Amino acid sequence: MTDILKPDNVAQILGLIKWAVAEKSPLQVCGHDTKSGLGAPSACEHILDLSDLSGIELYQPSELVMTAKAGTPVAEVQAALDEAGQMMAFEPWQPGALYGTEGGTVGGLFASAVCGPRRPLAGSARDHLLGFEAISGRGEVFKSGGRVVKNVTGFDLSKLMAGSMGTLSVMTQVTFKVLPKPEKTRTVLVFDPTDAQRAMLDAQNSPYEVSGVAHLPTDIAAKSAVSYIKDKGAGIVAVRVEGPAPSVEVRCQSLRDVLGAYGEVEELHTHNSATLWREVRDVEFFKGDADLWRLSVPPAEGVKIASQLGGTYFLDWAGGLIWLQASGEDAQRIRAAMASGHATLMRGSKDMRRSMPVFQSQSDGLAALMNRVRAGFDPHTILNPGRMGGG
Amino acid sequence: MKMPTPNADTLKRRGEIIERLRAIVPGEGVIVDENELKAYECDGLMAYRQLPMIVVLPETTEQVSAVLKTCHDMDVKIVPRGAGTGLSGGALPLADAVTLGLGKFKKIIDIDYDNRCVVVQPGVTNRAITEAVEDAGYYYAPDPSSKIACTIGGNVAENAGGMHCLKYGLTTNNVLGVEMVLMSGEVVRLGGKHMDAGGLDLLGAVTGSEGLLGVITEVTVRILKQPEVARGVLVGFPSVEAGGECVAKIIGSGIIPGAMEMMDKMIIGAMQDFVDSGYPLDVESLLVLELDGPEAEVQYLTDRVKDIAASVGSTYLRVSESDEERQQMWKGRMSAFPSVGRISPDYMTMDGTIPRHRLADVLTRMNELSQQHGLRVANVFHAGDGNLHPLILFDANKPGELDKAEAFGHDILRLCVAVGGVLTGEHGVGVEKRDLMGEMFTEDDLKQQQRLKCAFDGSGLLNPGKVYPTLHRCVELGRLHVTDGNIPFPDIPRF
Repeated sequence: MTDILKPDNVAQILGLIKWAVAEKSPLQVCGHDTKSGLGAPSACEHILDLSDLSGIELYQPSELVMTAKAGTPVAEVQAALDEAGQMMAFEPWQPGALYGTEGGTVGGLFASAVCGPRRPLAGSARDHLLGFEAISGRGEVFKSGGRVVKNVTGFDLSKLMAGSMGTLSVMTQVTFKVLPKPEKTRTVLVFDPTDAQRAMLDAQNSPYEVSGVAHLPTDIAAKSAVSYIKDKGAGIVAVRVEGPAPSVEVRCQSLRDVLGAYGEVEELHTHNSATLWREVRDVEFFKGDADLWRLSVPPAEGVKIASQLGGTYFLDWAGGLIWLQASGEDAQRIRAAMASGHATLMRGSKDMRRSMPVFQSQSDGLAALMNRVRAGFDPHTILNPGRMGGG
Repeated sequence: MKMPTPNADTLKRRGEIIERLRAIVPGEGVIVDENELKAYECDGLMAYRQLPMIVVLPETTEQVSAVLKTCHDMDVKIVPRGAGTGLSGGALPLADAVTLGLGKFKKIIDIDYDNRCVVVQPGVTNRAITEAVEDAGYYYAPDPSSKIACTIGGNVAENAGGMHCLKYGLTTNNVLGVEMVLMSGEVVRLGGKHMDAGGLDLLGAVTGSEGLLGVITEVTVRILKQPEVARGVLVGFPSVEAGGECVAKIIGSGIIPGAMEMMDKMIIGAMQDFVDSGYPLDVESLLVLELDGPEAEVQYLTDRVKDIAASVGSTYLRVSESDEERQQMWKGRMSAFPSVGRISPDYMTMDGTIPRHRLADVLTRMNELSQQHGLRVANVFHAGDGNLHPLILFDANKPGELDKAEAFGHDILRLCVAVGGVLTGEHGVGVEKRDLMGEMFTEDDLKQQQRLKCAFDGSGLLNPGKVYPTLHRCVELGRLHVTDGNIPFPDIPRF
């Protein structure tokens, strides 16, 4: 039977980890358990549930920094940021549409480090995690980084922790950078673009500081909740512009001029923009349980790779991110289609995720290096064993 | 500053090591002559000097790999080096180590505008990347003050910053991939032209690792389109506090300028003396800001900055009216370090970061320390992100002044940590701040960082004596301290 352990302080977690090491009994580390659909399934007897380790410890809006305990609900963090007119600029996704789960903790957010459409402009979760406190799989409490935005003191372990899926250490507290919310948001749409790839790159490579560039082919556009998009019966390239009001207006106009060469252009205002980019961020077009892949590729190759692979897909990050509905069993074909980049099976049955690498396999040398790095933190593999695969 | 004791056995084998290295890098690529070695005896932190045992200047990744493998097999230490502009002694040679210079890796391999990236060899200078793409309207954002001379490989090793990093990030936020050689000679690739590396983010960990994890032989950086307009704004204040308040209000109101630099009265005078940037001399502190974007945005933000400046009682404000004028405004700031040479025979540049709201407290305390140590201090800082560069003025010819300056510098860095900041914002730890790491980290914090080093370099031959005060052997670090596992935890809720 699986035992769920719910400590509410660092001393208890430390005790539990020491006990797990001595007993050689691995722990499945989780918060609200909203993302257990990502990565290889765990078969631990004990679940280390951090959701009671909760609370915002420090928030200074003028410093653009927040510190929160790992189990703090993302909703609580976002409410506090909303109140001060700030945000997590990397646009954390809500995994509801993918996994049918609700909630999410700030620790889980950084441990999974999946980010939204603003990635090319604002960076990923890893770029915003400034510091953390954690307990290693050796049963040692340690910290790294700090709570200032500029810091090169010692190795940057925060980068390593972001996206490590709880396999290195149990983060107990995270400190991250926040940014002011934009005053205004607009989205320029190009319907039925003659060359979706070029249109995306032209927008991305313009000086108009776009904060989202996506391509929804006709079948995906038809699923949008934004009526302008849904009812048009056409594929779209969507380009988001954010910032001070007068700036957004002139940048939108400039982008309409640039993108007009690729088809009919239209503009979405605040509410519709928010809906569209939430759909893109949370992959709402792929609700259900069909197998789903996420491919990170060089942006200029996105359309080509996606169309070669066939199936249903849409692109974010100006082509650098492909969301593709395709069988998990297509792994080899999908991974072979990328000259460089990596593909992750974001949704698939437990059996499938158990039987094949969910994350991209690394070269032998790199896999061995990653295993040595992991062993430095968790030599007895007691934290989320196998969740990220071997490498 | 205590460096590891040179290994007598290694020194005895110098001839054999030279021979083996010459078999890999022929001709003038292996430097052994004492006079020629002198050119490598220090980096930008010139207070510490040491002749390297041998210098090797490979030209290909294969040569780097063979050099590292050979040194690994012969148990010889390696100190990697870029242009030697680092300010914390990260490339300081060791008497029993080979200094491996990447100066011959000068090729720009690929400029890929569609993917907004450039692939370069590590010896390409920071400025050369921007020069290669500026005609097409692009630039590389991180811009350390030494950008004309410093190399991208060194930038990655030190996670270099600069004035634009408040808005555009440090090196770590602008590097997409590297090829690197491990101490074993193995070549690995991390990341590439796509965003986010797969698996554990080793690229993030390698960036800023100060040459302790591997030798970088190729770098892929992202480039950005130049903004339509960039405008400089100079704002003067009757007190340092008013300047600090202005910075906090600008950021608090949601404006992130392209750059925001602040300086105190002592250095304003020195800078103005050095380059005529039109800096006012009757103010206690001066902000140099850059606002960039489309004209409408820049105009709008300039107006808001003017209002904020007036609200905190600024006594001087000038907006650049041409690009030449904007560049002239920056020339003063860029000359901060050399201009101090006019007011003091010697100076020591410190580098710490503090939470911005503690600025006034820190400056007050720094003035007290200045009186206590009997040395003057001038201040320039990256105001937007709290990165201070106090310049301690001293005269090395006066007995004891260098020691006093060092003690003063250490007190300043301790102060930064005490108010919630860090020991270094952009110069790195190197040898300079190595012995202060304990101010910020516990023994367990440091051990965990060194375990990362062990994963990359189990023999501890890459750049030893830098960054970490205590040299642990990897085997010691592997010990587990878990003793008692039979605790039932009755107090922890179970479900």
